[in-house]
Amino acid sequence: MRVFGIRLPAMSSLILWGMIWEIVGRSGLTFFVPPLSEVLVTLYSVLGTPAFQKALMETAYAFFMGVLFSVAIGIPTGILMGKNRLIDELLLPWVNIFLSAPLTALVPVLMVLFGFGMKSIVITTTLFAIWIIILNSRAGVLQINRSLVEMARCFGASPLAAFTKVYFWAALPEILGGVRIGVIRAVKGVIIGQLLISIVGFGALFELYSNNFLMAHFWAVLIVLFGMAFTISEFLAYLERRISYYAAKR
Amino acid sequence: MPNRSLVLKVLSAVIVFSAWEIAGRIPVSYAFPTFLESMNALVHMTIDGRLFSAYAETLQPLAVGIAISATLGIALGLWIGLSSWFDWLFSPIFIVMQAAPLAALIPLLVMAYGIGLTSKVFVVCIMAMPVIVLNTAGAVRNTPTSLTEMGRSFLASDYEVILKIIIPAASPVIFSGLRLGISAGFIGAILSELKITPTGIGDIITYSRSIADYPSMYAAIFSIIFLAVLFLNLLEKIEATLFAGNVRGYVSD
Amino acid sequence: MDMSPTRKNVVEASGFKVENAVSTRKISKNYGPVEALRNLSLDFPKGQLTSLLGPSGCGKTTLLKIIAGLLEPTSGEVEVNGRAVTGPGPDRAFVFQDFALLPWASVLRNVAFGLELRGVAKSEREAVAEKYIRDVGLAGFEKNYPHELSGGMRQRVGLARALAVDSEVLLMDEPFSAVDEQTRRKFQEDLLNLVQTENKTFIFVTHSIEEAVYVSDQIAILLPRPSRVSEIIRPAGFRSKGAENIRRDLEYLDIVDRIWASLRTYVE
Repeated sequence: MRVFGIRLPAMSSLILWGMIWEIVGRSGLTFFVPPLSEVLVTLYSVLGTPAFQKALMETAYAFFMGVLFSVAIGIPTGILMGKNRLIDELLLPWVNIFLSAPLTALVPVLMVLFGFGMKSIVITTTLFAIWIIILNSRAGVLQINRSLVEMARCFGASPLAAFTKVYFWAALPEILGGVRIGVIRAVKGVIIGQLLISIVGFGALFELYSNNFLMAHFWAVLIVLFGMAFTISEFLAYLERRISYYAAKR
Repeated sequence: MPNRSLVLKVLSAVIVFSAWEIAGRIPVSYAFPTFLESMNALVHMTIDGRLFSAYAETLQPLAVGIAISATLGIALGLWIGLSSWFDWLFSPIFIVMQAAPLAALIPLLVMAYGIGLTSKVFVVCIMAMPVIVLNTAGAVRNTPTSLTEMGRSFLASDYEVILKIIIPAASPVIFSGLRLGISAGFIGAILSELKITPTGIGDIITYSRSIADYPSMYAAIFSIIFLAVLFLNLLEKIEATLFAGNVRGYVSD
Repeated sequence: MDMSPTRKNVVEASGFKVENAVSTRKISKNYGPVEALRNLSLDFPKGQLTSLLGPSGCGKTTLLKIIAGLLEPTSGEVEVNGRAVTGPGPDRAFVFQDFALLPWASVLRNVAFGLELRGVAKSEREAVAEKYIRDVGLAGFEKNYPHELSGGMRQRVGLARALAVDSEVLLMDEPFSAVDEQTRRKFQEDLLNLVQTENKTFIFVTHSIEEAVYVSDQIAILLPRPSRVSEIIRPAGFRSKGAENIRRDLEYLDIVDRIWASLRTYVE
């Protein structure tokens, strides 16, 4: 977008939307939308409160555990599926099912099996993130150029060396792509888990604010949450671009 | 060998369901019924019609929400893809929405619109819309330049370029955006039934849990996941037949 | 510095003046600070095939797209039959390097597409399209889709589409570069026939020296950074000797060698 020959930065329209928010808030049109400035002031005061920090810590813990499990289990599983046809054919239907299944329906099961606590939330997060990571790792291994595999064999690479020096790196762009999408899904999973098991983290905080009609507080937390989610996803996209510069040139 | 892939699919299903059965028999948890008990409950629910009335209720916000998101989302996506001004104005919102955990908006929606159908439709819309808009806009932007140049060199008007070249060229990606939107819409519909008010399938799940009728609870969850996956796979099949060869046919292959 | 084309090897066709179908006058094209074309003037005689030949990045395709009206020159102008070009027009048809076929449309609709955009009635345009599908040797494939055809057949569809609108000028942007060598040779022979039978003016962009010498009545050698015409060559002797004898004709071989000698310093 250019105005008077000057290129406007990509996300700069958010400033305009922020201004519209402020105007709508000030006009008193609706109780549910307080002015942005009020929300930002509240945001500043909320950040220091123990309730917020506790929610943030709990959420971060569930999120990182979930991502850790899905990466640690997902990548090896995906690579194994890419390398072994029998395992691939046995697992692939299930991976595809869980990839598109409405996983929210499983949360009640997790609640009765693992209790109304952190464990269920971590598992929910893992369930949201893992399938795309498996699928992308598998795709990454499958697309490795035949001549690259043959090259490794021609130059006498041992299976281990071929794996660590060639296959992993050749599949890395797809694996990273999977991790990025998986992480974005994990953010959604952790919030959905907390909403349904609403006694921990932001779920509890939302409950508190909405029961007391603390609109500005609510929006402040939303801004923090959305901002963090967006930052994480952009950061991972940046990493992916940095590392997979060769993806198109294999 | 008679159709290896099918045999393995069946084998894989048998392994998983037997594992479920065995785990239920041990039992691993008081709240873990066997596979057969759950299927039995599912058959009962189907026979006494409870399942059908539940689905009639569950699918209502889903259908309305998807219809709204599809119409609005595709229109907005086309516009964003065609006009750099709209792209600048709207893209950031949908990019943020795509990355953000929009489920967090649910408590606010409930406060604003109550616990009725409106809130549930809203939930479906906010879940389904971003991917539909972003896919449509991206597809329009990525129309092969040589195709639009071809249109112009054979004297197509702007309107004809959009109608006869850009939209057909973009439709496979738009359709897959729609499929992803529906997938997200399912998540939203169930989430709203579990979070806002228990109706439909959400009601069966919540009620069965409260009276510890775990086979019914598992049966309801099984059925909704089964239905969603079946429907989405069907859409994928339609997509594959509808656009066979549509993405191919350029120099590169 | 002398920017006008040097005419070392111009053999005027038996003395009389040929009429030009297309002329470019002092065309310049800048992309920001980058000069793609500078002061380029070139004439394209009616009913003949002119090749634009040069190393990659010399602006051949840019020039062709300016003639097509797809790009606007920064300065200078293009005339087709004495009228200035302001955009795409019915007097020019384009054959694309990557074919630019509609993947969702059958061969018949693809060939008829140019006429469809001109508002020709369906039955009429399909009759015309069928004729040209036969002419390019694709009879029986009317109902097929592009992805069911080989690369060579796809480009025949692209060619039929351009012929179907019956323009005076045919602009071809490296049309054979995406097909295999043997198909390309067949195309080149067919193109020679086409130039003789269809009374059209052909402007042909290529990076193959042999191809340019083989098919052209006139070859314009373009040199890069910024692009200008360094030489115009008009092979005269071998055109009448029949398609199968050209490749061993001495004049043909000489011209190929000479062009390579002048281009090789520009190839990195």
